[in-house]
Amino acid sequence: MSVSRRRVRAIFRKELREYRRNRTIVTGMAILPLLFLVQPLVAVLNLGASASGGLAHEHELLYLLAIPALVPATLAAYSVVGERQQGTLEPVLGTPIRREEFLLGKALASFVPSVAISYAVYAFFLALVEIFAQPGVAPALLRGSDLLAQLVFTPLLAGWSIWVGIAISTRSSEVRVAQQLGVLANLPSVVVTSLIAFNVIHATLVVALGGAAVLLVLNRLGWRITSAMFDRERLITGTR
Amino acid sequence: MIYLIRWLIGKLRRRTTSPAVALSGRDEPAVHARGERFVTPRKVAASDAVKGDGEVGGAPALSALGLGKRFGDRVAFDDVSFEIGHGEVFGFLGPNGAGKTTTVRTLGTLIAPTSGSATVAGIALTPDNGVEIRRRISIMPESPGLYLRLSVTENLACFADLYEAPNPGDRVDRALRAVNLADRANDACGSLSKGLRQRVALARALLSDPQVLFLDEPTSGLDPVATRDVHELIDALRRSGVTIFLTTHRLEEAERLCDRVAILNTTLRTIGRPDDLRDQLFAKTLTVRTLIPLSEPGRVFADLPAVDGWRQDGARDYVLAVSDSTLAAPAVTRALVQAGADVLSIGESHHSLEDVYLELINEDEEARRR
Repeated sequence: MSVSRRRVRAIFRKELREYRRNRTIVTGMAILPLLFLVQPLVAVLNLGASASGGLAHEHELLYLLAIPALVPATLAAYSVVGERQQGTLEPVLGTPIRREEFLLGKALASFVPSVAISYAVYAFFLALVEIFAQPGVAPALLRGSDLLAQLVFTPLLAGWSIWVGIAISTRSSEVRVAQQLGVLANLPSVVVTSLIAFNVIHATLVVALGGAAVLLVLNRLGWRITSAMFDRERLITGTR
Repeated sequence: MIYLIRWLIGKLRRRTTSPAVALSGRDEPAVHARGERFVTPRKVAASDAVKGDGEVGGAPALSALGLGKRFGDRVAFDDVSFEIGHGEVFGFLGPNGAGKTTTVRTLGTLIAPTSGSATVAGIALTPDNGVEIRRRISIMPESPGLYLRLSVTENLACFADLYEAPNPGDRVDRALRAVNLADRANDACGSLSKGLRQRVALARALLSDPQVLFLDEPTSGLDPVATRDVHELIDALRRSGVTIFLTTHRLEEAERLCDRVAILNTTLRTIGRPDDLRDQLFAKTLTVRTLIPLSEPGRVFADLPAVDGWRQDGARDYVLAVSDSTLAAPAVTRALVQAGADVLSIGESHHSLEDVYLELINEDEEARRR
């Protein structure tokens, strides 16, 4: 099966245009990252210079991985059922687009802004820590391994969150239900990253490589499984 | 550099192509600006088609054989068979819930049939052929289904890309001119009236230069002026050779636009040209009105050529069953004059498509009650 880039791009562009003009989506995408920024920021800025030694064994930064796990979840959960409720799904599916192309366009439209926001929030956090934290805190916190983990796991977690969200969206009949389920389904990712951040699960190279490999496989499978779950007939007629 | 070259080619193409004339070939959309005429020799014109036989130079544009769709125990439509010729406007009529929209969705590959077979735009209706069929057809659903936050142009550009249309900018411009919406191109679809949204949906259906165009209630909810515009566009598309499958509740619309109609009430009740259906269902009659009642109507109307019988309808009206009105009318007139009757009017009774429709649907209703 060949994927038409032009059709994928058409869906991607259309989605981004819709996001830009939908205040609810923009506000939702802005609020959630800010909420996840506040807790670690307050915690780090309140640390004294003497506490910097204790930071060497913690991974406070990984707490921010909750952002790529949760921000795209609501977008992805809206993607199919939202079109269905608006009545725009039937005209789109009446074109030569394949379900794989449609879903890839939808996934990319959730992926790109979510990853961009996650990196932007992360950079903002680092800048604030560098400027306002006590001397010694920033060098202790900003370790290369954590930065690398953030860079690698952000797209992997976002991808997984998106495929879960879209899978829920293809099977839901109501937007709100889909979005709530989408967030709920991604809570395990948030829990795991939080446990690593708070040192309950020890972050080692093996854990990191294993986690990345699992997420990579899940992301590849996600597209195929979601495509298989995408039933044109059920989505159009609401039956079967 | 590549973009610059593409841009220059695009500019040159625009200059050499008159917007008023839809060119032949699959690369150009079958659209026209209001008041402009199509010049499209690419397909056999409707007037040349052997309409009713469903064939023009080979395979029909659309055919179904025993096609049916069930949702569990519920039958949406069953045993539907027809053939539609190229360039034909085919009306698909029926009451709510008769299965019209489901038939369109089935032929449009949006849902799978549970029985029978079909070919759409010359391709067998199978799951593997879905993409290829959808390349050649266009469906305008009853609800416009536009992205309301996007502008008219953005909506159409998105669909031009989904159809992988060459020169999408030109296609969008032409489609907008065809539905007379060029001046609203940058308006958000959410700000348009229902009629204008319907026109945008029609423009969207024209983007792919379809061989077969499915229009599901295209004038539903439109005011008379907007309805007339849609009718003009359908007429223009017919002239350009596009095959149109039109579902509608408006019987006068079907009568005015369609070469043939089918009446569906879960199963196909009848199919044919509106005139033929009228002749099949209703006996031809002449209605005579006189100034004063005839003293011996039985003697006046007896033994007249092509008159099969008569009955009195009120004091001064007589309804004559005739086999050929062109033969009967002069004979009846002569007989009345010879009888010294003061004739006010002699007219042939006309049955509309609505009469045909109601007759068939009422038959179904009565059958169900029994």
